[in-house]
Amino acid sequence: MSGLSVTLTKRLPGFTLDVGWAVRDGFTVLFGYSGAGKSLTLAMIAGTMRPDSGRVALGGDTLCDVGAGIWVPPQRRRIGYVSQSAQLFPHMTVLGNVEYALRARPRRERRRRAVELLDQLRVGSLGDKRPNQLSGGQKQRCALARALALEPRALLLDEPLSALDLPLRVEMRGLLREVQRDTGVPFVMVTHDLYEACALADTLVVYSGTGVVQVGTPRELVGDPATPEIRRLLRAMEVPESVFDQHHAGRIVSLDRREHVA
Amino acid sequence: MSLPDIAFPLGLSLQVALLATLGCALVGVPIAYALATLTFRGKQIAGVGVMLPLVLPPVVTGYYLLLLIGRGGVLGAVTKVLTGTAYGITFTWQAAVIASFAVAMPLAVNTARAAIAAVDPAHADASRTLGRSEVETALFVVLPLAARGVSAGLVLGFARALGEFGATMVVAGNIPGRTNTMALEIYNAVLYGDRSTATALVVLYTLVSVGVLFLADRLARAVTA
Repeated sequence: MSGLSVTLTKRLPGFTLDVGWAVRDGFTVLFGYSGAGKSLTLAMIAGTMRPDSGRVALGGDTLCDVGAGIWVPPQRRRIGYVSQSAQLFPHMTVLGNVEYALRARPRRERRRRAVELLDQLRVGSLGDKRPNQLSGGQKQRCALARALALEPRALLLDEPLSALDLPLRVEMRGLLREVQRDTGVPFVMVTHDLYEACALADTLVVYSGTGVVQVGTPRELVGDPATPEIRRLLRAMEVPESVFDQHHAGRIVSLDRREHVA
Repeated sequence: MSLPDIAFPLGLSLQVALLATLGCALVGVPIAYALATLTFRGKQIAGVGVMLPLVLPPVVTGYYLLLLIGRGGVLGAVTKVLTGTAYGITFTWQAAVIASFAVAMPLAVNTARAAIAAVDPAHADASRTLGRSEVETALFVVLPLAARGVSAGLVLGFARALGEFGATMVVAGNIPGRTNTMALEIYNAVLYGDRSTATALVVLYTLVSVGVLFLADRLARAVTA
């Protein structure tokens, strides 16, 4: 059985996350208000945070089931994670960062594979640099290379493009789609940008502020929001019709976006 | 005053302080790591227990150590078997190491704990998602990122161990040629009116301490920079 299913409850001071959704393989985007629990969801899929109750299953394997006492630690989940700040280890070179994820391979093989991955992401010349010598886009590419070195079963992306300039975001969107297609593993990305969400998502998961979640293709959700709140959320920004399904044609999303409506 | 008068206490003090600092690195740093990164029952009590020698008079710490490793102490029988003597480890330079370790550890642990807690937990999470164990995450990511703070803690611990007096006096005694560290020798010199030796040792001790504090300050500044 493929796909990712999530049923999670987590109580934090002043906030309770209570969500459930299931998606098929492909590119999934979690979209919604800040503080709706999208990043928390990613942390619980990655296994860096334990839910109070619920279950996470990937490709038919249960990674966590609180009721059944199942807990697979993050080390054994093989789920890549790339955050907004990339979280490259500052005391290692770029190559060192990528090799860190290749522990299972012989030393010589690690270097060869790390170089190969960096080349694939078009940052092959940066291997000897430290993360503080890289631009935002370069950091994201290197973090992506590091996550892919793991040969992940799924890749989680927590607002990976939000710190980048618009032209770079457009370029990175194309790259993410390309990498998702090449690897074939499910990608789950969090974003606050509806345009980005619609341009990238095979499946869109909308988190409303009241805990209601709606799942569907971007076109379905924008066309038929389940609640007035989700309608408000999806109407906060006008998305040109041309954006939908752009990625299916394999094209990089163009720059002709409309501005946010405040 | 002769060179041997100063050489032995100086050499012994450095030996004792270095071994006590090594103990802090091997025992104190893992404790600091656990206190900074783990949540467990009794954590507050453990934290207070580690810090206690910092606020207790050293002579009280020494007395506790005597209850632990002294002839009739909890571990007294073990040390007697290990050393093959009736006194066990008490009144030896090794006892001075234990005394220095006990009083130096709170400083080392407290500074290292703050440095480890300051490392962005997202780095540790990234390491875990990359398949690395908790020990690998600690050794290859968190501790290298906290290295300067941990080093500053160890340098402060070394400085404290170098000047240890009260606890050492209780568990190691004040035996010339065996357990008379610099601090004890200064006390002896003052007690017997040997001003020249006392002055020489005090100046030497002050110079070493100033150097150590400069080093700790540089490391600590690098941590907060």
